[in-house]
Amino acid sequence: MTWAHQDKCAIVGVGATDYYLRGKSWPRTMNDMAGEAILKACDDAGISVKDIDGFAYYAGASAGYVDKFDSGSLMETLGMQQVSFTAALTSGGGGSAGGVGLATAGLMNEDCRYAVTVMAVQQTPNARLGTIFGSMKPDPENSFLQPSGLIGPGHLMSVLARRHMHLFGSTEDAFAEIVMASRQHALNRPKAIRRTPLTKEDYLASVMLADPLRRLDFCLETDGAVAVITTTAERAKDCRQKPAYIHACAHGASRAWGRAFGWMGMPDPEFSSSGHQFVGDRLWAQSGLSAADMDVAMIYDHFSSMVLAQLEDYRFCERGEGNDYVLAGKTRYDAATGKGVNGGVPVNTHGGHLSEAYIIGMTHVVEGVEQVRGSAINQVADCEFALVTGGPAPIPISGLILRRG
Amino acid sequence: MPERIIYGPARVLPGEQISISTNPDTEPYWRAAKEHRLTACQCASCGAFRSPPTPYCPVCSSKAKAWPDLPGGGAVFSYAICNKNPANGEDFVYVPVVVEVDGAPGVRLVANLTGCNAEDVHIGMRVTVEWTEIQDGWVLPNFRKA
Repeated sequence: MTWAHQDKCAIVGVGATDYYLRGKSWPRTMNDMAGEAILKACDDAGISVKDIDGFAYYAGASAGYVDKFDSGSLMETLGMQQVSFTAALTSGGGGSAGGVGLATAGLMNEDCRYAVTVMAVQQTPNARLGTIFGSMKPDPENSFLQPSGLIGPGHLMSVLARRHMHLFGSTEDAFAEIVMASRQHALNRPKAIRRTPLTKEDYLASVMLADPLRRLDFCLETDGAVAVITTTAERAKDCRQKPAYIHACAHGASRAWGRAFGWMGMPDPEFSSSGHQFVGDRLWAQSGLSAADMDVAMIYDHFSSMVLAQLEDYRFCERGEGNDYVLAGKTRYDAATGKGVNGGVPVNTHGGHLSEAYIIGMTHVVEGVEQVRGSAINQVADCEFALVTGGPAPIPISGLILRRG
Repeated sequence: MPERIIYGPARVLPGEQISISTNPDTEPYWRAAKEHRLTACQCASCGAFRSPPTPYCPVCSSKAKAWPDLPGGGAVFSYAICNKNPANGEDFVYVPVVVEVDGAPGVRLVANLTGCNAEDVHIGMRVTVEWTEIQDGWVLPNFRKA
């Protein structure tokens, strides 16, 4: 059934700081970076920062990995006079696309008029995501995982990738192709951290961090902040930019996926999936669209193998066929035609987390907006629909379809 | 074919760098491990197993628990190969492994595997439990190639 709020809200402003290698944003503070992103997003939208009366966070309002956003502190920093919606999706980066959906909840309930979704990351030495599980204090639940030495999300996802390779014969060649395509897309991006060409030999020379995944299969660890402003379609008419309509948005996951970042009790095929089929199928049901209708896809790429698994979960290809789909070049953007390759849908035209920067999913939202506005650096021709995903991560994970205004 | 990486013997992470914590739901599992008994939380009403142990059976919502002795064998469901000790970054080959435990359908344990070279581990490989002393007098189930 079509979503009751389809196209009734829109992202009208996006803003971002520069991106920094892990820890290099110091001595900037979190509120400094978040403030810059929010002010730039307001400028982009053509509104005053004092018009913001809603905060729609994800990751439990976390700022990076150890800090939390505090609406009172942001309001004091930026001068908003009152706030009538301040809420967050639970857990972690899985909610990045869903944070925008949360904004629509505040807007459609008439709690607020302009909602901001913001993420800032600063990975100081005691707040590094790559080994976050290893540095957590033991608790009764993680005591069933942590002693194994699976110290970060990539280590966990390598175990899932291994199962996928076992069940379906997928290969490191496909992981390499995902990484190389991402790098190709980042070459002309001024803000991208990794923007030198990458060969297959370079990929194979990258050290194994958790075999079967190499350092280059793991995304960047970066600092920076990104914010987006969401408002109603009616108010969007008065904004500076063309609206990027929220065409569909969903968050959640199956119980089976909930085991993935804890104790690995998922059955097949969930074990070797990205957990996104539940969210994907909700998006397709809300919109009546299918993967083939997407003009571009911003797939949360913290680890290359999880791009492959999401392509299957969102039904860009059948389960088990992700390897061949990727190796056919179908995640690539062809600058000459402005389209995909071999009938594929271009993936992560901004270079993604693997090559541009890692702000916990928010750069994917921004690129989705720029694509449907028609202002992207690697612009897909005649781009009407952009898929944006958040996670694979602990529940909730999320997805979003943006539509050209 | 890609060149096969030779890692050498898979080792168990040193017990002195491992701590756990328990709560009333999980403690019987760890108390059994102290006595070198592998168990899993089983619903005493409907018989379904669950791990980690939780207050309610997710199938029938009963709070009644049983802690049967398991045979101690299992099969590798999936794994990764790591080569740095997470505690200090030194070279150290270990294999985090997800093991399907015999006698407790649906229960998987995440542990280290030893008794073979890391590059020889494969999905479906038979393993048996072995015990590693860790901090605070607790004992951790790990696995050895059967």
